[in-house]
Amino acid sequence: MKRIYVNEKWCLGCHLCEYYCAFANSGKSSMVKALKDHKIAPRIRIEERDGISFAVNCRHCTDPLCVKGCISGALTIVDGAVQIDSDKCVGCYTCILSCPYGALSTSNEGAIQKCELCMKNAFGQPLCVQGCPNKAIVYEER
Amino acid sequence: MNYVIIGNGTAAVGTIEGIRAVDREGPITVISEEPYHVYGRPLISYLLLGKTTEEKMLQYRPADFYEKNGVKTLLGRRALKVDPTAKAVHLEDGASVPYDRLCICTGSRPFVPPMEGLDAVEDKTSFMTLDDAKHLDAMLGEHNDKRVLIIGAGLIGLKCAEGIYQRVRELTVIDLAPRILPNVLTEAPASILQKHIESKGVRFLLGDSVQRFAPHTAHLQSGGAVDFDVLVVAVGVRPNTELAAGAGCEVERGILTDARSATTVPDIYAAGDCTVSHDIAADTDRILAILPNAYMQGETAGRCMAGDDAVFDKAIPMNASGFMGLHMITAGSYDGETYLEQDEAHYKLLVTRDNRLVGFIMIGDVDRAGIYTSLIRDRVPLDSIDFDLIREKPQLMAFSRAERAKKLGGIHG
Repeated sequence: MKRIYVNEKWCLGCHLCEYYCAFANSGKSSMVKALKDHKIAPRIRIEERDGISFAVNCRHCTDPLCVKGCISGALTIVDGAVQIDSDKCVGCYTCILSCPYGALSTSNEGAIQKCELCMKNAFGQPLCVQGCPNKAIVYEER
Repeated sequence: MNYVIIGNGTAAVGTIEGIRAVDREGPITVISEEPYHVYGRPLISYLLLGKTTEEKMLQYRPADFYEKNGVKTLLGRRALKVDPTAKAVHLEDGASVPYDRLCICTGSRPFVPPMEGLDAVEDKTSFMTLDDAKHLDAMLGEHNDKRVLIIGAGLIGLKCAEGIYQRVRELTVIDLAPRILPNVLTEAPASILQKHIESKGVRFLLGDSVQRFAPHTAHLQSGGAVDFDVLVVAVGVRPNTELAAGAGCEVERGILTDARSATTVPDIYAAGDCTVSHDIAADTDRILAILPNAYMQGETAGRCMAGDDAVFDKAIPMNASGFMGLHMITAGSYDGETYLEQDEAHYKLLVTRDNRLVGFIMIGDVDRAGIYTSLIRDRVPLDSIDFDLIREKPQLMAFSRAERAKKLGGIHG
């Protein structure tokens, strides 16, 4: 399955992936409408320090601890990708307790949120990867 | 191979999915006393709170889960005895179900200590099952006018309190222990959480217990009394080990299993709250009645029953819970050197021992807590990461570049 991989040495720390992620999952028709005057809550996050930076999002593990520990069955594997059904999620955060990458986060709606590889939004392909100016994140089969 | 599972909770689901990861064909039979399609048991408090519905609860696994996995269900039927020689499970209704490999996922039941006058209390319940939740819901009614007394300030008692606090006139929680969540939290974080819950109108009576009941009054050891309309008994749980013991499996407080989830009797496995786990954080054997653990043990059992060589040897106590808007995540053991960070809204305690992170408590900001959990579970030597960064917050920056390349870059080896 195609996954998002991180090439740390190419990361500029520009945070564009975060903005593209927020836009892709906003349901809005343009980036301006999605982002202007909004505090973004992207599902990919840049860690940075002392000149090192890299993006972190869901690894879509083949053996995902978040799915196994989910108390409501909201997290499932669909065609290899870990997806969240926010309607079933009760916001217990057991997945946040379980994920070794810190890749799931809280959202304003009470349910947790996570990268779903843009499979459920209008783009169908990870927009963060398309928006990365330096190929520091790639979407490929390995 | 003919598989039989007794029980229909998370451990049973893990077992089914574990078997099917290896063997798509062998018939599986699930025997369960509860009449329901499998549901996530910890959801019952969220049901009362209105954060989920019975319909959604029953979608812990989809409606076609049994069918798709070739599982025959015998629901609402009670297993009475396991005969390990004839390799059959005898049911209360006289039927008998043969097995090649059996998994016992019988869970636990509420422990109700003998208390004088308890029989005379009419409106009372435990808080373990969907039926308990429905019963409590019916007793509370529609008018927010009931006075409720919960005995037990552990996770079950407090999740119950959260589930109903907006629907009652008065809510009191009593516990013999001097603090809330005595098995999960140390004193200081327990006190933070207690204040928060009290601010939502819940009253705690700690270090006290009920001496005797009148039908609507609890007379306390301390001399006081609490009047109530509805009583919830959430003192603790006891593993259901009778079937396993009857089959000759070695049982201490729970059923003993190895890392493959096998009991001491050939072809009988066990998983979930009815078993004893090896807690690698404290290096002790104990019952870890938590959902992720039940799934892992079940999955391991299922794989091994189907002939695979799986092990689950990373069990630790861990909990994620919110109480009335304040979130808490805890894991591991609190015995060791401690690192504390605290301000008004947040509390974070890290505990290390012998160059390992062995435990943590986070209240308020629980962001990315799983990175800490993974350090405990994988027994990562702390001198192999930047501990100052890990103390600051859970972050992958604390790992070496090579380790990050494995974690994020798909570089193996």
